[in-house]
Amino acid sequence: MTLDRVKRGQLLKIMSIPDKQIRAQAIRFGIAEGELVNCEEVVPAGPVVIRKNNQLLALGRGLARQISVQCME
Amino acid sequence: MAHCHGSVGLKNIPEGARKIVLVGNPNTGKSVFFNFFTGMYVDVSNYPGTTLEISHGHFGTDVIIDTPGVYGISSFNDEERIARDIILSADMAINIVDAVHLERDLFLTQQVIDTGVPVIVALNMVDEAQRQGLSIDVDLLSDLLGVPVVPTVAVQKKGLNELKERLATAKTGRMTQGLEPLINRLINRVGSRGEALLVLEGDPAVAGRHGLEPENHREDIYLKRREQVNDVVKHVLQESSQGASLGSLLGRWMIKPVTGIPILALALYAMYLVIGVFIAGTVVGVTEETIMLEKYEPAVRGLIGQFISEESALGTILIGEFGVFTMTATYILGLLMPLVIGFYLFLSLFEDSGYLPRIATLVDRLLTGVGLNGRGVIPLILGFGCVTMATITTRLLASDRERKIAVLLLGLTIPCSAQMGVIAGMLAAIGGQYVALYALIIFLVLVVIGTVLNTLLPGKPTDLLIDLPPLRLPRLDNVIKKTSTKSYHFLKEAFPLFALGALIISVFQVTGILEYLQNMLAPLTVGWLKLPKEASTAFIMGIVRRDFGAAGLADLTMAPIQIVAALITITLFVPCIASILILFKERSKSEAAMIWASSWVVAFLIGGIVSQLYSAFGGDSGSRGALWVILSFLGMTLATITACHLARRNKTQESHVGG
Repeated sequence: MTLDRVKRGQLLKIMSIPDKQIRAQAIRFGIAEGELVNCEEVVPAGPVVIRKNNQLLALGRGLARQISVQCME
Repeated sequence: MAHCHGSVGLKNIPEGARKIVLVGNPNTGKSVFFNFFTGMYVDVSNYPGTTLEISHGHFGTDVIIDTPGVYGISSFNDEERIARDIILSADMAINIVDAVHLERDLFLTQQVIDTGVPVIVALNMVDEAQRQGLSIDVDLLSDLLGVPVVPTVAVQKKGLNELKERLATAKTGRMTQGLEPLINRLINRVGSRGEALLVLEGDPAVAGRHGLEPENHREDIYLKRREQVNDVVKHVLQESSQGASLGSLLGRWMIKPVTGIPILALALYAMYLVIGVFIAGTVVGVTEETIMLEKYEPAVRGLIGQFISEESALGTILIGEFGVFTMTATYILGLLMPLVIGFYLFLSLFEDSGYLPRIATLVDRLLTGVGLNGRGVIPLILGFGCVTMATITTRLLASDRERKIAVLLLGLTIPCSAQMGVIAGMLAAIGGQYVALYALIIFLVLVVIGTVLNTLLPGKPTDLLIDLPPLRLPRLDNVIKKTSTKSYHFLKEAFPLFALGALIISVFQVTGILEYLQNMLAPLTVGWLKLPKEASTAFIMGIVRRDFGAAGLADLTMAPIQIVAALITITLFVPCIASILILFKERSKSEAAMIWASSWVVAFLIGGIVSQLYSAFGGDSGSRGALWVILSFLGMTLATITACHLARRNKTQESHVGG
């Protein structure tokens, strides 16, 4: 599944972030491949907001579509 | 050692002075520290090769250099490149860490430690962390990082003296594990740990300086560093969980469209009341009318008029209608300054409270349609204040493609506050359906132009990737500081441009070019736009100042539809002369010229279509004509969007087949 398909409240495991630059930037914010994150909010047709501890990160829809995740519940 | 890089390209840094660098993530309150250490005497210079300004000041015999707020140092954008170079040449770094945001901020801290520069950490906003139920073991943090940590509340000056006293204890901290052997392999080759680190992390610019290929260890190092930071945070941070606080609940409401749109509307309405009503009305009434026009201008005319006649060519340029000492001074000090301060005040409030990235998240979807992403909302909002100011802020957009789209949208479709004042007054007099007609057509033009550009320009909009910091009450002193710094920089940058603009127009006036243009424009105004002949004068005035153009129209007697057509034309018409000059400075000459020329075409084309359609649909029967014009424009917009959509789909299909 890709990150643009998730629902609010789901616990997710980040499986892969294909883009090298984005991957590096995400690690800075503590969101790396293999990490568990919560889906905090999904703006309809818009960005997906994920949370890791106290870090909230909004990712545009196009970006979310490239990130594959696994639902942990 | 790192000293071989000398002055990092900044002027006025004495030989041999120690370079102390302030480093931190965005919004950690760095500027408060900077002011505390340097006092009033600060040099601000453009960093070579960029449009970013870097401040530095003296602290005893040392020099304190500020850096842009970044999440890490690398080559992702101009800010990072500058921060990287300044840190690599530093003798010591003061790292400001937001205690509320430890996980995020310590990544940069660890990266700076890994460069081998001696570090002291200022753990800022500890009071706020406490309020949010976070308790941080400062001694343990210091042990784990291997550098001194001083808790501070910078805006209240708490801990700042201690930080100053303990500066000398800054030291090289504990490296990310496993990094040492990698760095040692390169250190003899490149001369410093910092440079070696950046080469390992695949920074092309730093590798290039040493004639090396960038290496491929960025991800390993980042992951190890992240792991180490998480471990540190786990040990030093204790949270007394308190469920969903009001802050996080409100933060969620701001992002969801159902609640977010009303909240945004409310925020913008508050902004309108303060800026549009109070500042543009009451304050500007005093500053522009009473002070500048009634007191200052007669005084300066009298003074200079003693030596140079106002009717002479030089007199016209200095103290004439568009004179450098008369119009430029009045415009900037009387009108622009209060408005710019107002806009920057709101921007700082939104930024400091953490609302701004949430607005960006909320509107991201809308803006990707016109080739921008959520961040593009900042220049677009500022454009309603001053297009020149907004054009400068397009620097913060991620790609050149977005900057290109944003400046064009700003130049063409966004009416600045000075112009809006006059437009609103004229529209209010002719009634509801015309206001709707005007607003809708301008909006549709923005959508069409953005969509077309997004389709035609190569590439795709950059995706939004934005940190949503915890919401907090904005700190008044922080907000005031930010507002004044930004306003000051803007005015300093804009003043010469406005003066130059006034000069060019005065020369046009003296040489008769202005009159020639007015006559040339007349047939177009009368025949195509169906306006009185005098309206062409207003348009020409619009080249100078957008509100001059609109004000010129206010003096004419026109039917409601003529007013709307004229206002649409003047809104879409060329940006004021200062905006154009800033465009020439920010963008390429050909692009700026293209924007200027195309705004002539677009303005007269759209204004004319409105007039022509209205008379074709039966003219004077009031609201029916207006409705038909709106429907036609909606139809044209939908057609354009569909066409663009199809074109984009073909393009991606072709590239799929091709690839």
